[in-house]
Amino acid sequence: MNSPAPSPSEKGSFGSAAAMKRLKQRHRAEMRFKLYGQLAIGIAIVALVTLLISIFGQASSAFSRNVLTFDVRLDAEQVDPSGERDPEAIARNVSGFNLLLQDNLAEDFLPGETDRARLRELYGMFTRLAVLPIARKTAENPEIIGTGQEFRVALADDIDLYLKGGVSERKSLKLGEIQDVTGTLDDGIDVTFADMKAVEDLRSALETFRERSEGDNQPAALIQLGETWFRLQDIDGRTASLTYLAGASTMPAAGTNASTLVLEQSEENRTVSDRQIAWTMLLKEDGRVKSVFNTSLFSHSDSTYPELAGTAAAVVGSLWTMLVTALLAIPVGIFAAVYLEEFATKNRMTDLIEVNINNLAAVPSIVFGLLGAAVFINFLGLPRSVPLVGGLVLGLLVLPTVIIASRAALKAVPPSIRDAALGVGASQTQAVFHHVVPLAAPGILTGSIIGMARALGETAPLLLIGMVAFVAEVPDGPTDESTVLPVLIYKWSTGAERAWEPQTAAAIIVLLVFLVLMNLIAIILRRRFERRW
Amino acid sequence: MDYQCGRMLETFGHLPVAWLLFAVLAVAGFVSFFAGRTQAVTVGHGQTERLNSQPNYHGYFVAMATIGPAAVILVLYALFGDSIVRAQLASELPQRIRDLGSLELGQYIDRISEQAARRDAASTGNALFDAATSRYTDLLGLSRIIAVLAALAAAGLGFFFARRQLSVHFRARSRVEDGIKFMLFLCAGIAVLTTIGIVASLFFEAMRFFSRVSVFSFIFGTEWNAQTGADFGAIPLFFGTFMIAFLAMLVAAPIGLLSAIYLSEYASPRFRGVVKPILELLAGIPTVVYGFFALQFVAPIVRAGANWVNGLPFVPDGLLAAQPTSALAAGIVMGIMIIPFVSSLSDDVINAVPQTLRDGAYAIGATKSETVKQVVMPAALPGVIAALLLAVSRAIGETMIVVMAAGQRAQITPDPTADLTTITVQIVALLTGDTEFDSAKTLSAFALGFVLFIVTLIFNLIALRVVQRYREKYE
Repeated sequence: MNSPAPSPSEKGSFGSAAAMKRLKQRHRAEMRFKLYGQLAIGIAIVALVTLLISIFGQASSAFSRNVLTFDVRLDAEQVDPSGERDPEAIARNVSGFNLLLQDNLAEDFLPGETDRARLRELYGMFTRLAVLPIARKTAENPEIIGTGQEFRVALADDIDLYLKGGVSERKSLKLGEIQDVTGTLDDGIDVTFADMKAVEDLRSALETFRERSEGDNQPAALIQLGETWFRLQDIDGRTASLTYLAGASTMPAAGTNASTLVLEQSEENRTVSDRQIAWTMLLKEDGRVKSVFNTSLFSHSDSTYPELAGTAAAVVGSLWTMLVTALLAIPVGIFAAVYLEEFATKNRMTDLIEVNINNLAAVPSIVFGLLGAAVFINFLGLPRSVPLVGGLVLGLLVLPTVIIASRAALKAVPPSIRDAALGVGASQTQAVFHHVVPLAAPGILTGSIIGMARALGETAPLLLIGMVAFVAEVPDGPTDESTVLPVLIYKWSTGAERAWEPQTAAAIIVLLVFLVLMNLIAIILRRRFERRW
Repeated sequence: MDYQCGRMLETFGHLPVAWLLFAVLAVAGFVSFFAGRTQAVTVGHGQTERLNSQPNYHGYFVAMATIGPAAVILVLYALFGDSIVRAQLASELPQRIRDLGSLELGQYIDRISEQAARRDAASTGNALFDAATSRYTDLLGLSRIIAVLAALAAAGLGFFFARRQLSVHFRARSRVEDGIKFMLFLCAGIAVLTTIGIVASLFFEAMRFFSRVSVFSFIFGTEWNAQTGADFGAIPLFFGTFMIAFLAMLVAAPIGLLSAIYLSEYASPRFRGVVKPILELLAGIPTVVYGFFALQFVAPIVRAGANWVNGLPFVPDGLLAAQPTSALAAGIVMGIMIIPFVSSLSDDVINAVPQTLRDGAYAIGATKSETVKQVVMPAALPGVIAALLLAVSRAIGETMIVVMAAGQRAQITPDPTADLTTITVQIVALLTGDTEFDSAKTLSAFALGFVLFIVTLIFNLIALRVVQRYREKYE
């Protein structure tokens, strides 16, 4: 069309060479344009897939959790020092249980150790609060006090992360048999390896890591000889000098099989120490450290320790909030839609309401948070951080969505239904409530569920009405302090420790599951009950 | 007597009155319904066909007249009762506590109400606190008794007058229907009330802010240090907001538009049926999830890219800031989020262009792309612009992505890899945690909110008006 007017010589000749060339160009332009469209759709889909993959990839490690098994006798002295078997006192006696398990661990790995720093390193294998479930379980069945019991405790987040492959890049190698051992465990030993090639592998592994890292980082190598772990100090030819780390305190005999674990990060650059890694490996060989499905993600409430934190309180808080939202937004939204669609006469008042609703649907959600902070909290004096206020704010937020969806559903009911009802003598109210609304119900319900799904994912307005508070208890009702799932996700994502990342991604998946369920219900309802007139 | 009265107040102060009243109202509703119905039958001497309306409608009418006024009183009490009690208690507290300032006074009364809610609470040892707690319980009980008595009186009066009206000729049904219509109207009015509430609360809080900080220095100031309560120049925030919205539109506008064109003009119905819902999935993902994606996945890539550019031989050292959170990361992810807004709105607009226009273009030999570019798009242009405006308004008001991935530093720089802050980020930063409603810091959040509301409102109004005009043109 933009092509120049045909010159007289070409006039009328669509088959001329110039015309064919132009046609070809135009067809190429057509192909290009089509390709742009496909490319655009491709980019959008790739973005969606990348988003989902990155989140699922992050989350996958949070769905399993490494636990440490203890086989201990519940010593009455430590567990219930008062001897009264008072369940509350037992449940609160976290330090008693903690000591019990710490002693148990120290007996196995550091018998008779007095160095506080060393002991603290060992006690760092699990966090203090991890014994809380055990304390609660004991409080419920006080008769198990004094008997031997098996307990599982979540490993500290850094060690859990290490076992899942985080913390440091690493490589395991077999070193073959050792030939000769000299020295003592206290002062360090010198070991000669039989297999030169294995030693070369170890050297090259160290070298690769050293080249990769920047600054003053030195890769570390831990060496296992039988039941004992050593740290590699120096290696010269086939002879390596080692210092004792952990495990059985006997001199390794010649002929023992050796293996090594080469770590990219030096001990100072890691959150897990050499010794902790050695203990973990020993426990793992014993079968005392095991990977299990992470049920605490669903059963626990929020915690300052990632390995103990779960979504239970936030899920319940979300449910209470959604209940309040639904009670406000769905009835009011439907009634408003019925009024506007069926009863309102066309006048300036109705126009105003219509324009207003359309605008309200596009107001940024954070503005509703400001409304909640100013009106509900400051003016009406309602408490902060409660589902009641959160639900009211979200209810007002999704009200326009529900109204618009319900109006569309009511509009889809053909006028013949109304006319027939009015024709047999029904009043307008009867025609609407007995005939039109029931027929529009599936559409209204679908719209309401989609509105609720939007409310469930909403975060910003709730931040402004204080629902970011740390909540460790499952809320009992809409006036209990609580938080909601999206806010929990936001809070976890700001956590400093690396272990919060998979935890956050896992919480996102919990949220997405709820959203998918709600949307599925909406789709099924629509498929099943939708009527085309 | 005095003692007993005190005990009664205390008991009432502890009762779960809300549920009790709910039950009482429900029972009152039932009783009055049956009373009304029975009376209607009596009035009609057992011949209900003589009545103007069915006996049930008489029952509904009486129930409505009984519950309605009582419910209004109770709702008012639920909204204002607590603040009245607290204000009364605050006025009775000694001067030194009232001098604490509104935040601490509020927290003090919070503690009192928590203590009062615990029935078996032991004395705290603080005489003033204990006295205040018991006074609070009494005041609460008193206010509840007044509310309940007022509600019962209103219910009784309503019941009495409603029953007096019943007669053979009484048009009970139309009165009930009028009542229902009024209730429906009220529900529609809640949307208007919400808008009024938003405008009023933002406006008044913003005015309080502007009584401390001049409008001029707020709108034209270039230094923003609200956390320290020092500088309130919002230009860096406006800059950051529009910068990120602009970057988002750079992503969303071409992708959204081109995919809308492809879906409506080229794609087979089957392809469209599969791809359209997939694109709309992008709109259903919560923004906090996008924020996490931006922070964990996109921001490191942007940073690595910026570092790579910095390392190029012909690039001056440190050209790009390469921050761990950046405007570009937030902008890209926000752009992905608003793709479906652009695409589905423009899809509607493009579909609304009459087929005859396309047929005309094909008839004179235009290819599909020529038709789209030279016939369909010019015809759809106003609608497309409206769609883009709505998307921009969405980008300006988006909060979680920028809170998580854009940063906190208020600065003006054209470098997209620097961390910028936006209006919404600052609102969240200023209002999260315990907030005192009297400080300039908190009030500045409302001033920012007011600006945000006005700007998005203008965008939305223009867009909605354009869309409406456009629709009328082709329908």
